[in-house]
Order: sequence, then structure tokens, then C-alpha cells
Amino acid sequence: MDGLSIDQRLLRHRATGLTDEQVLSMYRTMVLARLYDERAHLLQRAGKVPFHISGIGQEAAQVAAAFALDRERDWFLPYYRDYAFVLAVGMTVRELMLALFAKAEDPNSGGRQMPGHFGCRRLRIVTGSSPVGTQVPHAVGVALAARMRGDELVAFVSFGEGASNQGDFHEGCNFAGVHRLPVIFFCENNQYAISVPYSKQVGRARIADRAVGYGFTGVRVDGNDALEVYRVVREARERAIAGEGPTLVEVMTYRLAPHSTADDDLLYRTREEIDEHRARDGIVQFRRYLTECGLWNDEKEQALLAEARAVVDEATQYADRAPYPRPEDTLRHVYAE
Amino acid sequence: MPVITYLEGIRSAMREEMERDPRVFVLGEDVGKGGVLNATKGLRDLFGEDRVLDTPLSESAIVGVAIGAAMYGLRPIAEMQFADFIFPAANQIISEAAKIRYRSNNDWSCPVVIRAPYGATGGGSLYHSQCPESVFFGTPGLKIVAPSTAFDAKGLLKAAVRDDDPVLYFEHKKCYLSVSDEVPDHDYEVPIGKADVKREGTDVTVITYGMTVHYALKAADVLAKEGVDVHVLDLRTLQPLDREAILEATAKTGKVLIVHEDNKTGGVGAEIAALIAEEAFDELDAPIRRLCPPDVPAVAINPVAESFFLLNPDKVADAIRDLARY
Repeated sequence: MDGLSIDQRLLRHRATGLTDEQVLSMYRTMVLARLYDERAHLLQRAGKVPFHISGIGQEAAQVAAAFALDRERDWFLPYYRDYAFVLAVGMTVRELMLALFAKAEDPNSGGRQMPGHFGCRRLRIVTGSSPVGTQVPHAVGVALAARMRGDELVAFVSFGEGASNQGDFHEGCNFAGVHRLPVIFFCENNQYAISVPYSKQVGRARIADRAVGYGFTGVRVDGNDALEVYRVVREARERAIAGEGPTLVEVMTYRLAPHSTADDDLLYRTREEIDEHRARDGIVQFRRYLTECGLWNDEKEQALLAEARAVVDEATQYADRAPYPRPEDTLRHVYAE
Repeated sequence: MPVITYLEGIRSAMREEMERDPRVFVLGEDVGKGGVLNATKGLRDLFGEDRVLDTPLSESAIVGVAIGAAMYGLRPIAEMQFADFIFPAANQIISEAAKIRYRSNNDWSCPVVIRAPYGATGGGSLYHSQCPESVFFGTPGLKIVAPSTAFDAKGLLKAAVRDDDPVLYFEHKKCYLSVSDEVPDHDYEVPIGKADVKREGTDVTVITYGMTVHYALKAADVLAKEGVDVHVLDLRTLQPLDREAILEATAKTGKVLIVHEDNKTGGVGAEIAALIAEEAFDELDAPIRRLCPPDVPAVAINPVAESFFLLNPDKVADAIRDLARY
């Protein structure tokens, strides 16, 4: 192996400020998100739900980022693949399922939006939409307002590398740079904007380098290395709170699933390419790390899978049986009532 | 009661709302120095540069940042320097602000005011003269106001700031200094959604808003001498339309002329005409008419094209006369 003693390996998460219990909690959240995502895909294929858009392959980075934030105070503006992120900041699998089934009790939208369009005031998850990148200036506005109010927190906004070509990304970064606002711009570079590969979206440039143009720090990090993502986001948060302004984090990850249930990804990439990335899956790597640390074993894995499956089963049944909104509810909440 | 300009009505509404409520702040291009059209003049001295915030030249961010701040709990007033430059922010207004309450099933709201100085003053050409209200009209979730007097400008801006939903506030640039009227010293609001009869009459009803209200009133004065009694309804709010007031004004004369400076095709007037045709057909004694600039992209700078394109009291008077004779 790497020649390090168990203590030295343990040092890696402890050195970044994470306890053993926290890294185990991170791992459980990643696995739960993966099982939810796989079930959502099956439910769509079985005709039980209209649509699913996957976050598979990006869970390790999302959970690591969430754990590096203050989950009691910070504000979150996630994008549509961030199931693992929203689970890590307090959403439940049942709530995700209610959104997937488009049921009235869905806290994100009451069964109005596509799944993955998160929003929950209770958890300070700001409501999002489908035109990509529009949430970036919102995050800047949240940070500006928090500073005006004297509230110590950061606004965390995520998006894909596709959205990083939108004007709203650049306008938002520039605005935040001018005012040195406490924002973390978290770009989940999963290599594809639906079918268009990174080389045709951004060319040879690195998204992290765009931060230079706005006068703040940009960091590229391996999204399959949860501890490294944690460290980078934690440092970004410390800078933000210290008044040192925003950080752009570019997380190198890979979308293991097709864009959505309406996409055939083998039209534009090969099975071999996907398998190669699957072998580097951040969840697998994190499990290996925990095992090497002596914190995890096959028995615990089986128990976790059984427990997570039970949670997903219960949530599926609950959401399936839950009522839709009433027809007349269609007319409600256009304006304040 | 003191007489103030339309522009002072807007300015004093912002000042008083900022004094009343620490959540209110203004952001936009050049607002610190007072704005290129002087609407925010003096506010930075009173409230500081954090609450009268100069922004980058970046309309989508001005509105997007305002939306974020509104969702956090503040009451931003975002200034578009000219309504002609609102289009980069159209996605933020239509896809975001208008839909935030609905898409979150009432979990979130977006109490933002977007001020947009619009309309031709002469010499402004294609990109300092437009009336883009029809682009946003018909977008559920937005409220749209367009006052014509200092009293309405002040009262509607206060109502907009206090409203819990996004309000697009169209202020006609030609009204800024050419329109002055009495405004009370005490605090008041003009309710959003309520039209106002600016002149009572029995022969022809003119339904209009913004600068053309004044053209209609001038035309009415001329026509009174000719024995034509004109009824003028000022919409004040474009969305939601005051349907009752429109139907009542229709019934008053049975002859309706709709006047606006925005293009004819797809303009607010088209919806008003449809509403009257659907709900008050029996009240009509003549076809509904519309008087608007022609369907060309926008007004040109040369004076010949300007006077051909733009409305004025004479053109309105001619259209009323014609309808009165029907």
C-alpha cells in the first residue's frame, strides 16, 4: 500500500479537522444518496415517476463540501444534481421522494417542479430553477444582504461546468469580487454539458483560473478525493468569514449516469470511458480509506446498505401513497395570499 | 399641499421608504452620484454607499443580486438605467422573480422592486426611448405599474416597496420634469391594481397610462370646446389590470379608444380590447380603437421620424374626434 501506518492515515481526516464519527457520517450520506439515485432511476424506468436527473459520481464531493460548511447558518444554492449535498444539509430521503413523485407534501415545490429543483426555507436551501446559472447572482445577493445585516455566514452556490459559460456566472463572480463577498462558487466539473464534452465547452482553459479575472482565489480539486474537497471548501469558508472574499472551487468529477432519463449517453461517449471513471468513483475511494483506517469493514457495509435500503423503501412507499395537490391548488401562490 | 415633480415623487418615495424601513436599499449603475436621470440624487449622502449601491454595468446581476437579497429578507429597489437595457435581466425577471413564490409553493417570496425609466423624451433614439412593458405583461407572478402623475408615482412606489411580490415600476422619462402636481405631506400609498378616472366624460372613453394620459387630458380640453365630452381612465397598474374599472369606463360612453406609446401589436391595449369584447360587448356603440406608434422596432433620432412615430395631443384628439363621429 502506501507505506503509511494506520495512525498516519487517520491523521489525514483528523488533520483537516474531521472526527472519526464525522467521516463515517459523510460516508453514510454518500451511500444513501447513491441508493436514492439508483432507485429514482428504476422508478422512472418502471413508469412510476415522470423524470429523474442523476447525481451519480458526484456524491463524494457534494457531501464533503456540505460537511465543510456551517450547516446551521450558511445559505445553500445547489443545482439539480446535488441530492447528496441536500441530504447532507438536512433534507430527508422521504422529502426527495415526495419531489420525485410530485406530491403535495414535497417541501421543495409542492409537486410543481421537476425533481432536483431544490428549495427549502427550513434548511436555507434557496429555491432554484432550470435555466442554468441564474442562482449564481442570487447567492451573491444573499451574501450581500447577510453582510448588510451583520450576519456571519457564507452563501454556497453550486453549478456544472456547462453553467459556468453563462453570463450570470460571470456577472455574479464579478459582483462578488468587487465587494469581496462571502460566497463559495462550487463548480462541479463533470466533463459534460448533456452531450457536449469539456473540450468543446471551455477548450483548454481551466475553470478555476477564471477566478483570477475577478480578483479572487480559484482552486481545482479532485472531486473523487472527499477529504481534499473538504479541506478546500473549509479553507474557502475561512477566507470568506475572514473578509477575504469569494473562492471559486472547480471540482473535477464525472457524471457516471446519462444527463437524465431522457438521454442516451452512448451516443456521445463510450462504455469504456464510463467504466474507467467508475473505477475512480469517490465513494469507493472513501470506503477504501475508511477501511484502511480501521473504521470500516464488510460487516458494517452490509449493515449500512440494509439500513439505507430500508430508508429508501419506506420513502418510496410513503411518496407513492401520498396525495397529489388538489386541482384548484394549481391557481394558488402566484402572489401573496 | 405642496406641488412636486414626478421625479421628486419617485425620489421622495425612495427616501421615505429608506427612512421607514432599514431593509430597503437601492442598487444600480451610477445610483451613488444620483443616477444618470437624477432619481437617486442626494440619497447616498443620507444613507451611505451600502444602501445606495453602485454596481458593475451588469443588468442581470443587478436584478439577480436584488432577488437574492430579497429572498434573504431585504427590500431592494433595483434601478435599470434605461428600460431599453432591461433585456439582459429579462431572464432574472421572468424565469426567477416572477416564479419564485409559485415554484416553491409559497415557501419563498421575492419582494423586489425593479425601476425602469422608459419612453421617449425626444432625441433618445432606438435605445433610450423604448416602452418594453408588453415584453413582461402577461407574465404571471409579476406586478407592473406605470404611473402618470407625481401623486401616483410616489404612492405607487411606496406600495411597490411594501408589496410582498416583485413589482416592475415603469417611470416615464418625459413625465419626470414636465409633470408636477399636489402630493400630501403625510405618508400614503396608491394601491397596486387600481385604475383612476382622471377626467369624467360621457361621449368617448380613453383608456391609457403613463405620458399619454396627459395627451388624452389635453385633447379632452380641446374637444370640450367642440362639444365632445371625454372620459379618461388612467390604468396606473398594468398587471393585474383593474378589470372592473375598465368595464365601468367602457359602459360610461360605449366608445373606447386605447392609447399607449408601446407598439400596437401585442401591446397592453390588445388585452384590454379583448377583455372589453369578452365582457362588455353589449355596452359598445362603436368598434374598439387603438392609437399607438407603428410596428417598427423603435423610434429613430431624426425629428421627422420622431414626430411621425410618437403620439401627441393632436393625434389623440384626432382619434377621439373620429370615434365620436362613429
